[in-house]
Amino acid sequence: MSTKNWPLWEVFVRSKNGLEHRHCGSLHAADEDMALENARDVYTRRSEGVSIWVVESKHITASNPENNGEMFEPAHDKVYRHPTFYDLPDEVKHM
Amino acid sequence: MNQNLYNYILGIADNSLILGQRLGELTGHGPSLETDIACTNISLDFFGQVRSYYQYAAKIAGDKRTEDNIAMLRKEREYVNVLLVEQPNTNFAYTIARQFLFDVYHFLFLTELEKSKDLTLSAIATKSLKEVSYHQRFSTDWLKRLGDGTAESKEKMQEAINDLWTYTDELFHQTEADKAMVKDGIGVDVTALKEVYYKKVNEILEEATLEIPESKWFQKGGKQGIHTEHLGYLLSDLQYMQRTYPNMEW
Repeated sequence: MSTKNWPLWEVFVRSKNGLEHRHCGSLHAADEDMALENARDVYTRRSEGVSIWVVESKHITASNPENNGEMFEPAHDKVYRHPTFYDLPDEVKHM
Repeated sequence: MNQNLYNYILGIADNSLILGQRLGELTGHGPSLETDIACTNISLDFFGQVRSYYQYAAKIAGDKRTEDNIAMLRKEREYVNVLLVEQPNTNFAYTIARQFLFDVYHFLFLTELEKSKDLTLSAIATKSLKEVSYHQRFSTDWLKRLGDGTAESKEKMQEAINDLWTYTDELFHQTEADKAMVKDGIGVDVTALKEVYYKKVNEILEEATLEIPESKWFQKGGKQGIHTEHLGYLLSDLQYMQRTYPNMEW
């Protein structure tokens, strides 16, 4: 049996303590049902999760690392975008 | 010691041990990384179940026997698993057909064993049922995929079902231990499972667009310790370490 024609899927698992699904890896599967079962076997066998999402990798649009300069560097020198310039009253704890 | 209860436990446990070992052979050799891990997971489920059964059997025996030497140090003729589970992984279709034909039985069997008067057996059944419903889902899904897949996968799946069909009837044969345990309200009357088993198997085969084998001639003997040639090779893999280095632990 060959798997070379099976598409790639990205797997997101929500752990018992986590609120959100986190990307944990990828796998090959023929369709969404098989992707879910494979994800169960590959990524939750040590009871890591309570919920699984799978999405075919081709549906993910990713930023191009070559454009990292224009995408992300302009934010580096704009510290005023962090809310660190306010004087907080003592009553407000844990901000 | 209650010899019937002891034999009865081995009758259940040996099926899981031998099938678990067969699936374990696929570790690192599965048809794809994902199915490889799936078969290994199922194998480990079986070994987990087997430990509970053999620990209980050792307790019933009440002598020097332990779960390990019951599992590892018996001779071929002393294993009482059905012939179906010792059949080799000829190709992935055979692995799936063997698993499917056993899983449907296993699920029905454990559902009944859960009602046993013997609380240990009932508890093992409850714990195992969740695992076995997943096994059944896995093997049924693959049976349908391969049966209703390409011309080649359909042909291979049909061939595997046809070849293994002859080992299904033995699942419903009663041993002396079976009869005694049914009488005591401990054991499952396997003869009563036969009709619903074939009904279910046939339904799924039809869904998988496979033909139901017409053969009415069936193999038997495993439950009496008379095995096919395959079991000896499997046992030599399974037992090699304990035979070569007795009492070895790691």
